[in-house]
Amino acid sequence: MTETAGFWLPVVWALLAATAIFLYVCLDGFDLGIGILFLKEKDHDHRNLMVNTVAPVWDGNETWMIFGGAALYGVFPVAYGTILPALYLPILFMLLALILRGVSFEFRFKSESPMSQFFWDTSFCGGSIVAAFMQGVILGTLVQGIKVENNVFVGSSFDWLTPFALFCGLAVVIGYALLGATWLLWRCEGELHDAMRRISFVLGGLMLATIALVSIWTPMLHTTYMQHWLDMPQFALVAPVPVAVLVLAAALFLGLRNPRSHLLPFIATLGLFFLCFSGLGINVWPYIVPPTITIWQASSPPESQTFLLVGTMFLLPLILSYTAYSYYVFRGKMSAGHHYH
Amino acid sequence: MFGLSALFLARFQFAFTVGFHIVFPAFSIGLAAYLAVLEGLWLKTGRSAYLDLFKYWLKVFSVVFGMGVVSGLVMSYEFGTNWSAFSQKAGPILGPMLAYEVMTAFFLEAGFLGVMMFGLNRVGKGLHFAATCMVSIGTLISMSWILSSNSWMQTPRGYRIDEATGRFLPVDWWQIVFNPSFPYRIVHMGLAAFLCVAFIVAGVAGWHLLKARREGRQASEQVRLMFSMAMWMAAIVSPIQVLAGDTQGLNTLEYQPAKIAAIEGDWESESRAPELLFGIPDMKNETTHYKIAIPYMGSLILTHSLDGKVPGLKDFPKEDRAYSPLLFFSFRIMVALGMLMVLVGLWSLYLRWKGKLYDTPLLHRVALFMSPAGFLALLCGWVTTEVGRQPFTVYGLMRTADSVSPIALPSIATSMIAFIIVYFIVFMGGITILLRTFAEEPHADQHGPAEDQPQRAAGTTQVSHQPPSSPAAGAGMAE
Repeated sequence: MTETAGFWLPVVWALLAATAIFLYVCLDGFDLGIGILFLKEKDHDHRNLMVNTVAPVWDGNETWMIFGGAALYGVFPVAYGTILPALYLPILFMLLALILRGVSFEFRFKSESPMSQFFWDTSFCGGSIVAAFMQGVILGTLVQGIKVENNVFVGSSFDWLTPFALFCGLAVVIGYALLGATWLLWRCEGELHDAMRRISFVLGGLMLATIALVSIWTPMLHTTYMQHWLDMPQFALVAPVPVAVLVLAAALFLGLRNPRSHLLPFIATLGLFFLCFSGLGINVWPYIVPPTITIWQASSPPESQTFLLVGTMFLLPLILSYTAYSYYVFRGKMSAGHHYH
Repeated sequence: MFGLSALFLARFQFAFTVGFHIVFPAFSIGLAAYLAVLEGLWLKTGRSAYLDLFKYWLKVFSVVFGMGVVSGLVMSYEFGTNWSAFSQKAGPILGPMLAYEVMTAFFLEAGFLGVMMFGLNRVGKGLHFAATCMVSIGTLISMSWILSSNSWMQTPRGYRIDEATGRFLPVDWWQIVFNPSFPYRIVHMGLAAFLCVAFIVAGVAGWHLLKARREGRQASEQVRLMFSMAMWMAAIVSPIQVLAGDTQGLNTLEYQPAKIAAIEGDWESESRAPELLFGIPDMKNETTHYKIAIPYMGSLILTHSLDGKVPGLKDFPKEDRAYSPLLFFSFRIMVALGMLMVLVGLWSLYLRWKGKLYDTPLLHRVALFMSPAGFLALLCGWVTTEVGRQPFTVYGLMRTADSVSPIALPSIATSMIAFIIVYFIVFMGGITILLRTFAEEPHADQHGPAEDQPQRAAGTTQVSHQPPSSPAAGAGMAE
């Protein structure tokens, strides 16, 4: 009994944690993407409109990241206690960037002089880019592996500074920008809608290129990953992924070409994110701190995992339903007259 | 480097970020409750001044809440970045509590915040009030979990220590959550949050009362209403807070006598102990210089009897003592501010009875001067309880020096500088915006964040520019 619990609880929690991280990536992804798109979109009214599409929901989106941290702490404390020191600098710079960006949300609407307007717009844009980039670096560093002995990080402060991790950072910035652009394409109309449609073509192409490159690069990093792809259960899971990527890429570009299609590009981009995410998950499984610590070795005792699981089973559906309700209240196209602030 | 150790910087960084953070949740807890009360009173009485005040303070809430979310995000990762050894050992107990905090509180607050901020014209009055209450309840639930975790670190119960790994394993969750210092701490902190906001509200009202007087006119009904509400809070809650603080002191004496000794600057354990009003504790020579003492008061306050025995720092080994010079003063500043709040409350009662509450500029000036008093007292209180827990992270069981992460000094120094710069920018930006909001006098037909309720785009069924009572939007969504 205890042994099965000891096996299955970490598996269930790994899936739940993966779901939470994926939800975060989707929700804060388009949110950060909007900030990244400030690079291209300079018009003040357009910028207000872009931010207004997420003003009622951004606090909630960011909460998934807090949940990720807290769940990791409670369920996989060994992973929490090794990943965070290993990625100390990227994580702290990501957090600082999220702070700057988060307050800029509120401050840019309340600033009166053009100077402070410019300042908070810049920190909104810069914060979004740095946060997205650091998230990619964190992901890349995890995939390439962390040096651990006796559950203590033994690498150096700059182990994350590798071409692969930096490239992952760039890939995430591009991906989030595409999510943001297709979200805005769905939620806005007129000039801004057209601009986002144009920019999505470019970003879509870039995103596919980075997916291809990361897919080739990842298996070359570590031998265990190559074996994974050829092992039978993994192979069956992985084989359809490239096909699905192509199907979704086709859907994305068809949607972008068809002026009457508003929602499809966003859905197709979410689908691409899902595939990348699950592809990486299959690669890393069953390690939580590759290449040494598995989810079972990182787990807190079953008493802790059960205590949290009981509540999560009731609370997570509830959270999802009122989050959906909040999105429903603020549904529909935004137009220039909209002011939330 | 400059004689600083990574441990010291890890502590300093954590103290800096958590001290910055705690201001905003406290502000949110108090303000959310105030907003719920204002909206409830508006719905009950129909007096529009309540709605005007609700909209006025709602704008403040959006700034404060956002700053709370982003600075809290840092906290949920900083346990791991700075205290990885601690989080591996105590994670099985503290981690689930934090995760419950996020699930039962943060999502509730963030989920209903959008509706509360921007939804008054979209969902109807009743549902909107429900959203405001949900946000307020969320802040209170959040406070409960985080204080339970903190209290467990002060008075750990319901655990066993795994011999192989040294980890704290949960045995009885009920004992863990409801550990001995939790009930006292939550009352003390909850009341503190309400007082923080009461004095901010009083300060803003005081400013506008003084300004109106200078301009030879009467302040708006809204200003007088919020001043009166804030003064009721000062008069009723401050004395209760003194009692709550006293009972927490008794609880600390029972479970953490070394903390009490450090707070009091007492070196020898004695009965009929005096209370020191002033002194400079000297950790090296084990004495307190320049003492100004009131005989018997120490025993009387701490034990409620004139010859009660009070602990001294020499009862405890040198390496187990908290740094008394800091605690001695942080505690006294907190108490002094608390006493001032009680006096302001009593004075306002007298002036109210005389019918001069709005015509006594000195009271308004004092209220303006005291507006940050709640927050200062709150920070001093936290310094007292957290520094008083030293040199342990889990009291008596795990030392702070054994809790720290294996991080190189240059990394932590770099991030510390980055934190100070970013927090400085953010804090200055926030203060500027809040002060600008406060400079506007609340008035009739107050504009809130949702005032320019947008025209819906063609093709959707949403109504626009309807009075808040419009059933069209609300009824459909309540199903």
